[in-house]
Amino acid sequence: MLDASSQAGSSLSAPLLSAVSISKRYGDFLANDCIDLDLFPDEIPALLGENGAGKSTLVKVMYGLIQPSGGELRWMGEKVVLSGPSEARGLGIGMVFQHFSLFENLTVAENVALGLPPTESFAAISARLAETARVYGLPLDPKREVWRLSVGERQRIEIVRALMQNPKLLILDEPTAVLTPQEADQLFIVLERLKSEGRTILYISHKLEEVKRLCDTATILRLGKKVATCNPRQETAASLARMMVGAEIDEVKAAAKHSVTVPRLLIHKLSLEPDDPHGTRLKEVSLEVRGGEIVGIAGVAGNGQDELFAALSGERLSPSDGNIVIDGRAAGLLNVNDRRRMGAAFVPEERLGHGCAPRMKLSENALLTGHAASGMVKRGFINKLATLAHVDRTTKSFDVRKAKRDPEAVSLSGGNLQKFVVGREILREPGVLVVSQPTWGVDAGAAAVIRQALVDLAGRGSAVLVISQDLDELAEIADRIAVMFHGKLSAPLEAAQATRERLGLLMGGADPGAHNGEQEAKYAVGA
Amino acid sequence: MQLVLERRPERSAVIAVASPLIAVVLTIITFAILFAIMGKNPVYAIWVYFIEPLTDPFALQEIAVKATPLVMIAVGLALCYIANIWNIGAEGQFIAGAVCGSWLAVRTNGTDVGHWVLPAMLVLGALGGALYALIPAICRVYFGASEILTSLMLVYVANLGMDYLVRGPWRDPQGLNFPTTAAFDPAASIPTLFEGVGRLHAGSVLTLIAVMLAAVLLGQTIRGFEIRVVGAAPRAARFSGFNADRLVLFTFAISGALAGLAGIIEVAGPIGHLDPGVSSGYGFTAIIVAFLGRLNPVGILVAGLFLALTFIGGESAQISMKVPLDLTKVFQGILLFYVLACDSLIVYRIRVLRSVRKPAHAAA
Repeated sequence: MLDASSQAGSSLSAPLLSAVSISKRYGDFLANDCIDLDLFPDEIPALLGENGAGKSTLVKVMYGLIQPSGGELRWMGEKVVLSGPSEARGLGIGMVFQHFSLFENLTVAENVALGLPPTESFAAISARLAETARVYGLPLDPKREVWRLSVGERQRIEIVRALMQNPKLLILDEPTAVLTPQEADQLFIVLERLKSEGRTILYISHKLEEVKRLCDTATILRLGKKVATCNPRQETAASLARMMVGAEIDEVKAAAKHSVTVPRLLIHKLSLEPDDPHGTRLKEVSLEVRGGEIVGIAGVAGNGQDELFAALSGERLSPSDGNIVIDGRAAGLLNVNDRRRMGAAFVPEERLGHGCAPRMKLSENALLTGHAASGMVKRGFINKLATLAHVDRTTKSFDVRKAKRDPEAVSLSGGNLQKFVVGREILREPGVLVVSQPTWGVDAGAAAVIRQALVDLAGRGSAVLVISQDLDELAEIADRIAVMFHGKLSAPLEAAQATRERLGLLMGGADPGAHNGEQEAKYAVGA
Repeated sequence: MQLVLERRPERSAVIAVASPLIAVVLTIITFAILFAIMGKNPVYAIWVYFIEPLTDPFALQEIAVKATPLVMIAVGLALCYIANIWNIGAEGQFIAGAVCGSWLAVRTNGTDVGHWVLPAMLVLGALGGALYALIPAICRVYFGASEILTSLMLVYVANLGMDYLVRGPWRDPQGLNFPTTAAFDPAASIPTLFEGVGRLHAGSVLTLIAVMLAAVLLGQTIRGFEIRVVGAAPRAARFSGFNADRLVLFTFAISGALAGLAGIIEVAGPIGHLDPGVSSGYGFTAIIVAFLGRLNPVGILVAGLFLALTFIGGESAQISMKVPLDLTKVFQGILLFYVLACDSLIVYRIRVLRSVRKPAHAAA
């Protein structure tokens, strides 16, 4: 099998880069299992797969960041060994990572210069940067400090930095995860243009609509193995999802008939200076979440969502008591445990290190948020049986898969840990739940379980506030959606009126008051 | 060939226990080489250092006496270190406790006021150590000063302060101008456990109680959980509603109190008076004990006994092998080095890679 496939590779039209039977082993875990992949010129191939399917590992091998345990790479038919990213760049491979590596306090040009070999003067680099940005329609001011830029602009720096090396192959890892729909549209225009110049763009994503719209071929990975190669345009989103997950995904079912009741969470004119100098100031944020409904807060990351979450959870106190009201009682000056005792629960965005102590057991992590408002602590002593029981209940209700009864949090996969973190709070039947990015980096199966649980919780009369960058997610579960931009929160839109176009405009900072019919320009968003 | 450190999926419980043992073995091997270079018989040296003291009942008691302050201080330090709070100044808190407790002993010297003197001295010692430890803690919480530096520097302040007292106001009038207080009265001294045989004293019992209380605190209580979470994941601790600043004050106060208590026990016990040499570096050696014992109270008890063994062994080696006492300090330094190095094996494992560039399949 192995030999046949590696010989067949060279018989077709010449691929730019071939991965031949690439394997990567981490201890007992096989992240890549004999993966073959040919990338041809003038194409936008997609690499599809759930979190943990091995996409990142494979592209890191292709970019020379990690060495494969087996198999080889061929660049234009020649076998190559990439001992580092600089060798990959030398061949003509560029990469834009999901997490940017930029120095916030340096300017755009300084950041770009740091990544280039020191053979060119700084002035020349600045000029070339401005020129590249202009040619590709990626507006950037070389003299601006990075911390002043939006996430979309930061991504432009990374793309321009890669383009300045004139790559033949450009690898993009989840590029639209941080963009508004409109920004994503602009990115696609740039990518089409790069393709027309004869460059190959390897596009990594789990957003199926995007892949269908942009990509010519799609290679699907599952659990480290290549399971299919197809033309995504001839597939449906559902069929692609089936290949990715290997099973049908349950659709979220609306909760049984229930009525929206009184406001249970009230944010009233909350203004808050940021802790950290690069943080976002909250400006007169007001919102009402009623029992029985899910309110979504959309927005591009870094527009004040983290600050709002900290203010809601009580990790940061508000300027005045009445800024936050939980079930009719002023809570702005109460700490996180006092708010938990009032029946509120919180799920932060970051699972490891914020929602969980990574190197502690699940039972200890149950105690982390449960010690204030449940029977887990008596007279200062921990009731270990109660904490374990909470883990068992969460495991059962949310199908948390783990190797043993009470493992360390860090040993769980992202999806299973997220099910635990969300389940840990929901099982306490909170009257108010604030959850940030509930399905960030989570596989489709786990995401469906979590969304269903949120819908069901609201159905039982709780007020649920979901902060999410994923518009599809909000469209699926939220009753009303507000948008956060530069620390301000728009008035919430009823879900039926919250079109992608409208939300996109708000996410980009359009005046929240002026959303009339004429403003709703048509954007070509795949449906 | 290439050695690679690879992250383990979970902390290895086996290595967590084995790592100090590996470190001890490596230290002994290094030590043997050192002796061989010095022209001494390494096997005999190891026997003198580690075996001989265990065969002598008097030496066994001496080991326990030596371990008493080490373990008591190290237990307190472990509470700090688990929470990522770095009290390096236990030596100063030890002296502060010794001085505060001694104040009462000096004031009541020769008056025969009653049996309350010793308990009051112990309380004063603990209180003095705690208050002295709170200085760096307050500086950190309210002014952002690094507690590592301030607590360390306060050691020298305490040392010189004590020096002044025993050379000045507290000096024994009948002491032939030696810098020392008068010998403490029996009412101000800690009784030995076995009358007339050896120096094992009641302070060792207090150390055992401290070990047990710390074990319960860390393993069973919400406060112990707080200490562990603040150290392991500060942001999660904040999300859990724990106040990191309050914990700095708490752990410093507890570790200072234990160091101060150890100080007054040492002075009122084996030494019997206050003089500039009361500590011989217990506060610093206890740092090694804390890490060697895996920051676990029971582990610290074992580690403290082991380090005490090297002190006693070092003393006899000084006599029987004519080697300098400083060699014991070298031994302890090497030991700490190996302990910290072996700790990485808990989270990482070593894998041997064959050459990366070697072709996988030479011929198909």
